[in-house]
Amino acid sequence: MTLNGGVAAADEQLYAEMGKFVEELTSAGVLLATGGLAMQGTHASASGGRVTFTDGPYAEAKETIVSFALLEVRSKEEAIELSRRFWELVGDGEGDIRQVFGPE
Amino acid sequence: MTVQATVDALWRLESARIVAVLSRLVRDVGLAEELAQDAVVAALTEWPVKGVPVNPGGWLMTTARHRAIDRLRRDDRLAANIAELGRAVEHHQEEQEEQDDVLRLIFIACHPVLPAEARVALTLKVVGGLTTEEIARAFVVPVPTVAQRIVRAKRTLADKHIPFELPPAEELAGRLASVLEVVYLIFNEGYTATAGDEWLRPELTYEALRLGRMLAELAPDEPEVHGLAALMELQSSRNAARLTPEGDPVPLLEQNRGRWDRLLIRRGYTALLRAQHLKKPAGPYVLQAAIAACHARAFRPEDTDWPAIAALYASLHRLTSSPVVQLNREVAVAMAEGPETALEMVDEIAGDPALRGYHLLPSVRGDLLARLGRVDEARAEFERAAALTGNRRERDALLSRTEI
Repeated sequence: MTLNGGVAAADEQLYAEMGKFVEELTSAGVLLATGGLAMQGTHASASGGRVTFTDGPYAEAKETIVSFALLEVRSKEEAIELSRRFWELVGDGEGDIRQVFGPE
Repeated sequence: MTVQATVDALWRLESARIVAVLSRLVRDVGLAEELAQDAVVAALTEWPVKGVPVNPGGWLMTTARHRAIDRLRRDDRLAANIAELGRAVEHHQEEQEEQDDVLRLIFIACHPVLPAEARVALTLKVVGGLTTEEIARAFVVPVPTVAQRIVRAKRTLADKHIPFELPPAEELAGRLASVLEVVYLIFNEGYTATAGDEWLRPELTYEALRLGRMLAELAPDEPEVHGLAALMELQSSRNAARLTPEGDPVPLLEQNRGRWDRLLIRRGYTALLRAQHLKKPAGPYVLQAAIAACHARAFRPEDTDWPAIAALYASLHRLTSSPVVQLNREVAVAMAEGPETALEMVDEIAGDPALRGYHLLPSVRGDLLARLGRVDEARAEFERAAALTGNRRERDALLSRTEI
């Protein structure tokens, strides 16, 4: 599950609620990892055997992934239900649910 | 996405909590599950018309709770529970209390009055939220068999008036052992299926891991809980390397360790550290997890700390006096000191009646003989091992080793 940029900054209440949500999912064995990504980065581009690196920033904040949560669930539907609860806490914004393929 | 799919997903995520809270109200796991299912039926009727509510999990819980309250009001036999009723109506429930209810539910589903098979089925049903069909498929048994196990288990719990309570301190160790045994049984059936064509059943290892992680949060002061969680995380980390693309098992020392899942290994280490920080004597799960951690730490097979593993198996043997553990210890000694010493040790315990019919004994002997260059004897041992295993994939793998 990813969260894109452009979401209102978290206030104290959201921190607390999100903390509880994260704890609940961790104890349920569903949440494997979470992480945030810096908005600024380095862009790599390979073409004809040449690799070029350029500094960020990226096009649009709301098209850029700023954080992720790695969930282990049995179906897309389960992921969607958990995402629903996440967005209930966060409010307006955008993100994606994508399947991670194995090592399995 | 259909409403049915949404409800199914919610059931899997929320049913343990709902059934647990209801069990405390009505004091009957079977009835609690029935009432929770009523709420699901209500959702399937209402949601397609009115739309999925903003908080669908909360909706299910509230609806189920109302069903329970109605039932308490109508049923005199349950009237004694009037104090609970008052609190339920107030709709006041601390989160911690809910967590404790889930733990109570796990303890009752794994109650030692039930036979192991019934404990496994009931736990998967009411804690894991699996359907009877899913459980039957996972264990390769007919659906009516599983259904009957669950019905009987619920009846036994009701007939014997097993209280919906956390075990008292003096029973805790034994009751916890029963819970851990159920979880590990589920895990092992998924990790090395004893029946059927496939060797791995990921849905069962997944359920067991989920239960193990839940338990670790619900009973954080018990080292064995973390030990079991660690053991399952570490063993699962090898899943991608344990099978050839054709689905045949690959022995530990021949696995491509690059394919071991580092995330699971890290979770396993973390759980093991949590167990060790409790500073209580190491139980069988903690010791087994420590052995698995020794393997996980070795980037190449030749880096394995075999003397440490042999010592851990020795400690484990002191706790369990299991000849299987003894056998494993001898394998570790063989790796540390050479196959000759190990073969002598194996032959000393080979006559143990508990090892009769255990396919890993001839398999270990076969390995040792092969390493000593005694090819013909090794081949005979692998054939014997193959004849003893019930799993087709494992049998094929053993038979392929006769072609030395």
